[in-house]
Order: sequence, then structure tokens, then C-alpha cells
Amino acid sequence: MTLVSIKNLTRVFDVSKPWLNRVIERLPKRMLTAVSDVSFDIEERSVYALVGESGSGKSTIGKMVVGLLKPTEGTVEIDGTDLMKASGSEIDRIRSDIQMIFQDPFASLNPRWKVRNIITEPVAARGGDTKGLAEKLLEQVGLSAQDAGKFPHEFSGGQRQRICVARALASEPRLIVCDEPTSALDVSVQAQVLNLMSDLRDEFGLTYLFISHDLTVVQHMADRIGVLYLGRLVEEATPDELFSNPQHPYTKMLIEAAPKMDGYGREVTPPQGEIPDPINPPTGCAYHPRCPIAIARCSAERPPLATKGKGRVACFRAGEMT
Amino acid sequence: MTDFPQPDAVKQAQDPGRMSRLWASDFAYAFRRSPVAIGATAVVLVLVLAAIFAPLIAPHDPFNPATLNLMNGFTPPGTPNAFTGDTFWLGTDDQGRDVFSTILYGLRISLFVGFSAVLLALIIGVTLGLIAGYAGGWAETIIMRVADVQLTFPAILVAMLIFGVAKGITPPEYRNQMAIWVLIIAIGLSDWVQFARVVRGATLVEKNKEYVQAARLIGRTGPAIMLRHILPNVLSPVLVIATISLALAIIAEATLSFLGVGAPPTQPSLGTLIRIGQGFLFSGEWWILLFPSITLLALALAVNLMGDWLRDALNPRLK
Amino acid sequence: MNTPVLSVDALSVEIPTRHGLLKPVDQVSWDIAKGEILGVVGESGAGKSMTGNAVIGLLDRPARISGGQVRLNGTRIDNLTPAQMRKVRGKQIGMVFQDPLTSLNPLLTIGDQLSETIETHLAVGRTEARKRAIAALDEVGIPAAKDRIDSYPFEFSGGMRQRVVIALALCAEPSLIIADEPTTALDVSVQAQVIALLKRICRERGAAVMLITHDMGVIAETADRVAVMYAGRLAEIGPVAQVLGAPRHPYTHGLMGATPLASKGRKRLAQIPGAMPRLGALPNGCAFHPRCPKAQDKCKSDPRPTVQDGAGRAACWFPMEDA
Repeated sequence: MTLVSIKNLTRVFDVSKPWLNRVIERLPKRMLTAVSDVSFDIEERSVYALVGESGSGKSTIGKMVVGLLKPTEGTVEIDGTDLMKASGSEIDRIRSDIQMIFQDPFASLNPRWKVRNIITEPVAARGGDTKGLAEKLLEQVGLSAQDAGKFPHEFSGGQRQRICVARALASEPRLIVCDEPTSALDVSVQAQVLNLMSDLRDEFGLTYLFISHDLTVVQHMADRIGVLYLGRLVEEATPDELFSNPQHPYTKMLIEAAPKMDGYGREVTPPQGEIPDPINPPTGCAYHPRCPIAIARCSAERPPLATKGKGRVACFRAGEMT
Repeated sequence: MTDFPQPDAVKQAQDPGRMSRLWASDFAYAFRRSPVAIGATAVVLVLVLAAIFAPLIAPHDPFNPATLNLMNGFTPPGTPNAFTGDTFWLGTDDQGRDVFSTILYGLRISLFVGFSAVLLALIIGVTLGLIAGYAGGWAETIIMRVADVQLTFPAILVAMLIFGVAKGITPPEYRNQMAIWVLIIAIGLSDWVQFARVVRGATLVEKNKEYVQAARLIGRTGPAIMLRHILPNVLSPVLVIATISLALAIIAEATLSFLGVGAPPTQPSLGTLIRIGQGFLFSGEWWILLFPSITLLALALAVNLMGDWLRDALNPRLK
Repeated sequence: MNTPVLSVDALSVEIPTRHGLLKPVDQVSWDIAKGEILGVVGESGAGKSMTGNAVIGLLDRPARISGGQVRLNGTRIDNLTPAQMRKVRGKQIGMVFQDPLTSLNPLLTIGDQLSETIETHLAVGRTEARKRAIAALDEVGIPAAKDRIDSYPFEFSGGMRQRVVIALALCAEPSLIIADEPTTALDVSVQAQVIALLKRICRERGAAVMLITHDMGVIAETADRVAVMYAGRLAEIGPVAQVLGAPRHPYTHGLMGATPLASKGRKRLAQIPGAMPRLGALPNGCAFHPRCPKAQDKCKSDPRPTVQDGAGRAACWFPMEDA
């Protein structure tokens, strides 16, 4: 069953200078298209990962899914309901179905609040019963019930991220959006948090939208991976297919450029060029200026995301790169 | 300083061992190691206690005409009066009021006006600053432009303007009674801008932090997020400004009273006492001017030093 | 064998605080030879950046070197005055930090910054310095270096800025380069470019490189030898294939197990229980023993100094057997 259905999602940010400066300096408005026409579905009880470099729009998509940002165009449907068109009571119900885990465990907990109040806030905000809830959740994420009376500064980064997980679980959600949940953590702590997230998924039947720039983490966690480049979904496949047989030249480059733990003395031919300015993206396929197999059509026409095998890919020459 | 929530006190509210933990904190450690901070706090504490307990400490009630003896007028400090034989340690003024007692009562009014004005400025400034920082858009533009315009006038002029307008609209028979409250409003309204600016800046930083996003995600409304999440995290700079503002408010009150537009002679503040005293400076009765002036100086200086120290102690960048 | 370019011998750093003396770096020793890249890896709080700062004499007070020696090409540099050290730093040691923006003066063109460094350290004239600056930018792969030399740092992208910083570190022809998390702020594709650049430069110039990073993948692909630090001490050092492929110290072993790897599939990751201890509360004996699966009573009381073990050194009483 499909839990989240994202259709033609687009988000444009106005990054112009203030009105007065624009008038005086005669500058045009500057619009940044962070997400451009992205569509995908997330199956219930699965992990869908969005992977991409900076400027790929992966965090913007995450914020639109949880309702922190409004889409400029397109829709996000959770369990068949569009959050932007829902009635008050529906919004309340959907809200308790969605939670989020953030990247920075130091900024995501209010430093002046006790852990107990932080964890139970999603329930307390709706007037629910919070007695003993924090203690129960803390034990579920591997901390002790006594920690409920402490303040966030008494915990290490990994423990804080566990508290964030506990808060996300409080309202018994079905979907948790994880925005780079382990990027700020050390390797040994990252393993603890990733294992915890896998365990909780099995235990509660959770669905994750997992956002990351780290290919190995994504490969480890995801059931399905969407690769983003400059706000566009360029390829979608299962981890096995994606890593063994990438169809899009960008995916292939990304996989090859990522440092390998067992790649002692590996000599990589580094990829060419850098990510272009998202305010003035290249015409046609956004990757064509860096693409080794680009043809004339790539710069004129944006390739649609077409089904290929079990996945989808947006490339006129999909799979032709060796 | 008990009027303001200390950040450590906020953090450790309801904790059983909060006093011992406060004592062990870096904040308390820095305090114990700073002679300036200890000295300034001691001076402020002594003056505040003296003001609070003025009716118990003061040898005379300077506002009760029944206890006054005009014969005691112009008694120099420490010497017995030629007619009555009474001795006054800081002398008496022209009406025979004990200068020490008038200072204690004047201190009361100065501190009351100072604290109240800062509290008013703090409430207005913090509220507007939070709204400007969190809501942004038109609310921010209007609030911050009004603040900019007000900053182009000296605060004392703004206070005098408000005082003048208030005086114009209050009926004459209430004027003396209202004077203190008008003073508080005048100083408070002239001083909210810096609170608003600092709180707006801090709010802009806090509102982009992930814990605020987490609260929005849950469905918390704007006012709830501002009050419960952001406010406790912007209080440290507010505390520093409040302390420095207190010194400025006390001086502003003294200036207004000195100029004759502040506390009436029937309820003299330190500023009023200085205004009365300067009339006798050249006729030899120096003590009527000198002792209130020293008190004001000590108070303003000590509060300012406390504020400076707080700013350094609470500034994480300097640690 | 020749004198190593950098020789760190039993280096210790201490920070006096009101809670007592902290030892962020404790008895760390290693050599780096000409043309060699030593990767220094560890989690946050391991003391790797502090070691780098101690080597280049840039410890922030009140931290200070409390013991040991640092030799650059055979000459002691840990006891120099700040003025002497500044000269050594500019001329003989090049530095590359995580955030390229803080290493560049935003108000000067990159050409001015490069020429200034070259003039100061190589005793050449204005025009010659400018010529060499363009050559340095060419070498680090900045396209159209001749036209871009008069640009300001903000006109460059993040990856290009890091190239400029590397050019700046190289332009006085130092014998040692210290790179502290040089690719952490960069995207994967740009990171690959910067790593390739560092490797090429090390090979062509014969400079010694001390590469500090938390990323085991970067170490694996870049370093010749790797030093693993834990709680301020050296846990293990050796050739990269040996340390990462067949680690001797249980901590390194745990780190490798905790890292997601393509070849491991979606198996559960191995966990190291607990977290790195705080500097103020280091356990007695081996600092890793509370988290170590192989710890015995001996580990709780006596830390083992690093001992020769195959081609490397490890600081463990009960090292892992070869798998």
C-alpha cells in the first residue's frame, strides 16, 4: 500500500534582494527552483531514501512532506489526503502520523527544557495523556527512565539523537522523515543510531523517508533510493540495482567518486566540473555540461523520468555509459 | 537582581539541589573569582536593602511634618544643632529634614522608578522583538522602523516629551500623585528599543534552529512557540541589557527630576534632592548636595559594573 | 633510511582547568617520511586536531605542550619562540583547514595573498612572485588561472576555494603539509577532486602530508599509513591496508564493523557500546577498556604503550587475531 504519494512537486524560492535595493540597483527578481517536478511514491513499512549533493533539494522535499513548507506546485498526499487541502481535524490526525528527525542533535532539542517535556510535547500539544510516556520511550531508545529529569546539555550527541527519536515516536506516527539523521555523529555512534532506527521500524511498522548525502548509509538503510540532482529526480531504483547497474551517468559518477573503505590506493579519475548555480540551471538535462556521454538533444530537452526495468531514470542515453 | 529570572535559575527551576548546582556552575565560579562583580553586587545589595527597609533604618520620617523641627534647618554633618542640640550624621536641609533619611527615602523612589521603568521597557521590548523576529514581514518592518525613528532622538528628550504630554492631559489635582507613574511610563517608553532589537536578533537565530521546526511540525501555534520555546532561550542577553538599562533609567529619572519635570519635592527622589541641594552649594551648605550625589553615583556605577560583568560572563564567545 | 620530514616523539598536550589537568594529547609518537601521506583518524574528541595544532605551534591558550618533541627535518620546533615558529610555519609547513573561507582574507584578491606569501618566503620580486602565483593556481587545477588571479575569494565556489587554499599552502614550497579535515565541507564529487589533487601534489613535490579526518573512506583511498587515535592516545598505527583490513586494536576493529559497507549488505552493523569518554573523566588504564569486548583486569589498571606489531604498532594487551 502506498502511504505517501508525491506528484509533480515543485518549490521555488524568491532569493531576490530587498525591494528597495532591487529598484535602486535595477536588478531583476531572482528565483531559485529548489525542487522541480518531482514525483514518487513511498510504500507503507518501507524505507525510501533521497540521496544527493548540496543543492539537490532533498531537504526541501522533506520539509514539504511534513508540511513545514508549502509546495509551489504539485501535491503531497499522505494516506490519500493532501495536507494543504485538508480540514482542521484531518490535519490534526495527519500531523500525529508524521514526525521528523533532524540533522543537528544540538539544535533540535530546546536547551531550556527537560527531556521529559521535550519527548512528550507532541502528545501534550494535543492534550493527550503523557503520564509515564517519556520514561517508556526513553527505555525503548536505549536510555534510562531517570534521564527524563535531565536537560539536553547533559547528553552526548548520540544520546541526544536517541532523545530525538523518542520524541518522534511519542505520537505513534506512521511516517518519520529523517533529514541526515547521522551526518553529525561519529561512526561508532552512527552505527548505534542506524541499528536503533532499523529495530524500531520492525517493531512499530514504521515508514521512513531517509534523506542523506552518504551513499553507504543510504545503501545500508533503504528499500528504494531516489537520486536527486539540482532539484530533479534523475533515477530511482532498489539499492541492489542502483549500485550494481546505475543507469544515469550522474548516479554512476556519484557511486564512483564516493570514497571506499576498502579502496586502498585506489586511483580515481575525479569527476569533471562542479554543481552549477541553481538560480541559472543548465537547459535541458541539468547534468549535461558535466556528462561524458551528452548529445545535442540533452541540452535542448529535459529528459522525462521513464520506467526502465524495475526502476525509473531520466536520461536519453540511460544505461549507455560503461 | 531578584526581579529578573537568572538563566541558571530558569534552567534549574524545580530541581532539588538547585542551589548547590548553581554554586558549582561556571557562572557562579566566574562570579566568585571577580572582585569587581562581588564589590558591585555588594554595593547594589546594600543600597536596595536600605531602600526597602528605609522606614526601619531612617532616624526620622522626612515626609511627616509633625516630626520636623524648622529650628534644625541647615545643621552641618556630625555637629550638634546650635538651638536644639540634635546631631545629624549627614546634616539637615533648609527645612530641618535629616539628609540621611531623605536619601534613604529618595533611594526608594529612584529604585522603584528605575526597576518599574525597566520592567515596562522589558515587557514592551521583548514582546515586540519576539513578534518582529518570529513573524517577520510587515510586522517586523513596522516595529523596527518605529524603533529606528525613536533611536534618532535622545532618550531623555523622548521621556520629556512623553512626560509633557502626560502632564497636559492629567487633571491638576492628581498631578503630584501621578508624577511617579508618568515618570515610569516616560522612561519605560523611551527605553524599549534596545530590548526589541536584541530580542529580534536572538529570535532570528533561534527560530531557524531545528527544535523550533520540531514544535511547528507538531502543530504548535506561533504564540506558543514564541513564549514556550524561543523566549527562554533569548533571556540571557535580555538580562544583561536590563541591568545596564537599570543604571540608565536611574540616571534618566535623576535627570528629569533634576530638571524639575520628575518626582515632586513632596516625594523627592535622588534627582530631586540633588536639584534642591545645588541651590545651597554656594551658600556653604555643601552636604545637602554632596551626599545624595555620592549615593546616586555609587548606585549607577555599581549597577553598570554588574551589567558589564554579566555581559562578559554570559557571552559564550569570550569564554 | 633518511631523516623523516616530521618526527613526533611522545608528544603530550595539557590544558589546566578548574576541574583539574586535562590531557587531550597523551604520549603520541609517529614519523612521516618524504612523499608519504599519514592519515590521522579518530572520532570527535580523539585529539587529532589538537595534535595537528601542537605540531604547528598553534595551540590556543591555556593548552600547552607538556612533554615530548616535534622535529621537522631533524630540527626541534616545539621549543621555538612564536616569532621563529611563524617563519617555520609559512616556509616549511603548509596548512589546509576544513573551512576554506577562514583561511583566505576576504578583502584581498587571491593573487595578492599568493604573491605576498611567495615574496615573504622565497625572496623573489613582485613580477616573479606573480608568475609563480599563476603557476601555483595552474598546478591545483584552477581553469584560466591568468584571468582569475585578480578575483576575490567570494567569487570562487567552495571546491575552487579549497584549491586556492592548497595553492596557498604549497606556494612557499613546504616540506610538510598539514591538512585538517580538508574535504569535510565539500560534496562527494568535489571531494574526489581535492583528494586526487592532494595525492598528486604529494607524489610530484615529495612533500610529507599529515591528513587529519574522521572519514575512514577518505583515509583508505588517500593515506599510505594510518594512525588511529582514541581519547588523546595513539591506539594503532601502520600501513593503511593492514590497519583497516586486519586491525589489531579492538577499537579500530569496532570502527570498521560500525561503518556501513557495500560488501556487508544490509546486515546489522556491529556496535561499539557507549561513547568516547570526556577528557575530564578518562578511565584508568586503557581509555578504551569500558567499551572493549576483550578487556581484562589488566586493561583497567595499566595502559599499554604502543608496541611493534608486524609493520605497525598497536597499544593493546590483547590485540585482535588475524581473521
